[in-house]
Amino acid sequence: MRDVYISADNIITPVGFTTGENAAAILAGKTGIQLIDDEKMSPVPFYASLVDSKVLNNRFSLFDNPANYTRFEQMAICSVKDALSKTDIVLTGERTLFILSTTKGNIDLLEKDPESKRLYLWDTAHLLQKYFSFRNEPLVISDACISGVQAVITGARLIRAGLYDTCVINGTDIISEFVLSGFNSFKSLSTGPCRPFDKTRDGLSLGEGSGTIILTSYSSAGDSRKIIAGEGFSTNDANHISGPSRTGEGLFIAIDRTLKKNPFNIDFISAHGTATPYNDEMESIAITRAGLQEVPVNSFKGYWGHTLGAAGVIESIMSIYSIRNSILFSTLGFREPGVSNPLNILNTSVKKEINNCLKIASGFGGCNAAIMFYGK
Amino acid sequence: MKGTYAISGYCLIRGNKVIRDEKLLFTGKGGSFSDFALENYRHFSVSYPKFHKMDNLGKLGFLSAEILLKDRNLTGKYPGEKVGIILSNCSSSLDTDRNHQKTIASRSNYFPSPAVFVYTLPNVVIGEICIKHKFFGEGNFFVMEKFNPSFIVDYITQLFDNDIFDCCITGWTEIDGNNFESVLFLIEKSTKTETGIANFGTAAIESIFNRK
Repeated sequence: MRDVYISADNIITPVGFTTGENAAAILAGKTGIQLIDDEKMSPVPFYASLVDSKVLNNRFSLFDNPANYTRFEQMAICSVKDALSKTDIVLTGERTLFILSTTKGNIDLLEKDPESKRLYLWDTAHLLQKYFSFRNEPLVISDACISGVQAVITGARLIRAGLYDTCVINGTDIISEFVLSGFNSFKSLSTGPCRPFDKTRDGLSLGEGSGTIILTSYSSAGDSRKIIAGEGFSTNDANHISGPSRTGEGLFIAIDRTLKKNPFNIDFISAHGTATPYNDEMESIAITRAGLQEVPVNSFKGYWGHTLGAAGVIESIMSIYSIRNSILFSTLGFREPGVSNPLNILNTSVKKEINNCLKIASGFGGCNAAIMFYGK
Repeated sequence: MKGTYAISGYCLIRGNKVIRDEKLLFTGKGGSFSDFALENYRHFSVSYPKFHKMDNLGKLGFLSAEILLKDRNLTGKYPGEKVGIILSNCSSSLDTDRNHQKTIASRSNYFPSPAVFVYTLPNVVIGEICIKHKFFGEGNFFVMEKFNPSFIVDYITQLFDNDIFDCCITGWTEIDGNNFESVLFLIEKSTKTETGIANFGTAAIESIFNRK
């Protein structure tokens, strides 16, 4: 079966508009999370990582009229455009599939324009497909917080099976009153910037982001470090729709199946690490059950917040960046161990030669996912 | 294609009718979706208190799976992690999104609720079916304008070929207000002659999906 290579990528968050800018910001310890007091978004102030609309507008107006596109669309277009500029592969042929990973798409329109067709996720995907002249009917993946990892797993499978040669995967979500009010009703928002795996963690910080990853069946000649997207798996806890399993059952099965399919000594784990008490505890149990408790683990949520449908995409991209550039990134917000199964949480960024990464995610509906990336 | 896979059964809910494996099992009175869901719940003697807490997409998908799997004993036949659920629809969770939006429309009447918000994700219906039947396997939710038999068949065939699962529930579960339809298929590793209705393929899926 053929390999699937990572060809190009982009990350857009408040701390950077490219993958490189985001890596530099992370190394400098910058976070996009700040206290926001905006009555239009929430009756109470909250911590979140939001992309500045003016900055986004300015970026977008360099090549198109922002008035014709929503914030969601502007972010996704900026991200896909930057990723496309970094590869020579022709992506407008019939062997390319565009995949959109999102939980809520243009959900902010529900208030302003409740009958808008753009509320339908497939319509948003069509708009992006046409914008970039991708030929095939696009695919939308909406699996709560595992959407991004699931999109990469799915794209890689479609290429391995020979159904397509290239997948352009974009993961995007924006934060609106809709999402904030929901997470707030769950009492899952942090009282300060989120603290993944920390003893004092008290919830997640929401974030906005867009990421694009281009997977192909062939490696480009100029690529000094070829990275492969290995097989991954998704599972269900079959336990509760809004709380993770106490035994980490689903995530454990996803990790276990991924390890069996990709028999490596794992160099590091990019955890979901939302900083809710339950999620991080569950991950510590699943990672320990899989025998990986010594492996360095990080969470990017302290820099970007929880970017929902974008999270799995941008965190995969930054993990691949880790492999390419021999660097392990620290977990911003983590100070003191706070999960019952001690993990090897990275609390400083370190230079280290690494060859692979296990990326994991979990979400509402009891879903879990794991995928392996490795150098060749 | 490495193996042969069969459509062992299907459940089709459309226009107030419920068809399972070529047989018309139930016709609703033509009221709202909530009425129809409750009539089905009683008619098929479902006893599952959590059902009443589900949103409409959850109820539709859950009932379709209950009717599809009745008397088939999948749990005895396969380990839970080898049963997958791959669903698709057009409106994602917009039906419930609109309900959540109502709870935040006014600051003087602001009542967002976790019981509603959790259903603003389409894949939660997969979770509901997994919880009931103790399925731990592959789950994925695709949002598309129209049901796409050839994509679904291609995708699921390669998951079978690669041993991702031994059995899969797949199809279309769509609700937007009082417009609803659900067509779920049970796909297993076998041939038509052993079990079921037809060999798994685009033409068979399409022809069942389009049944009136």
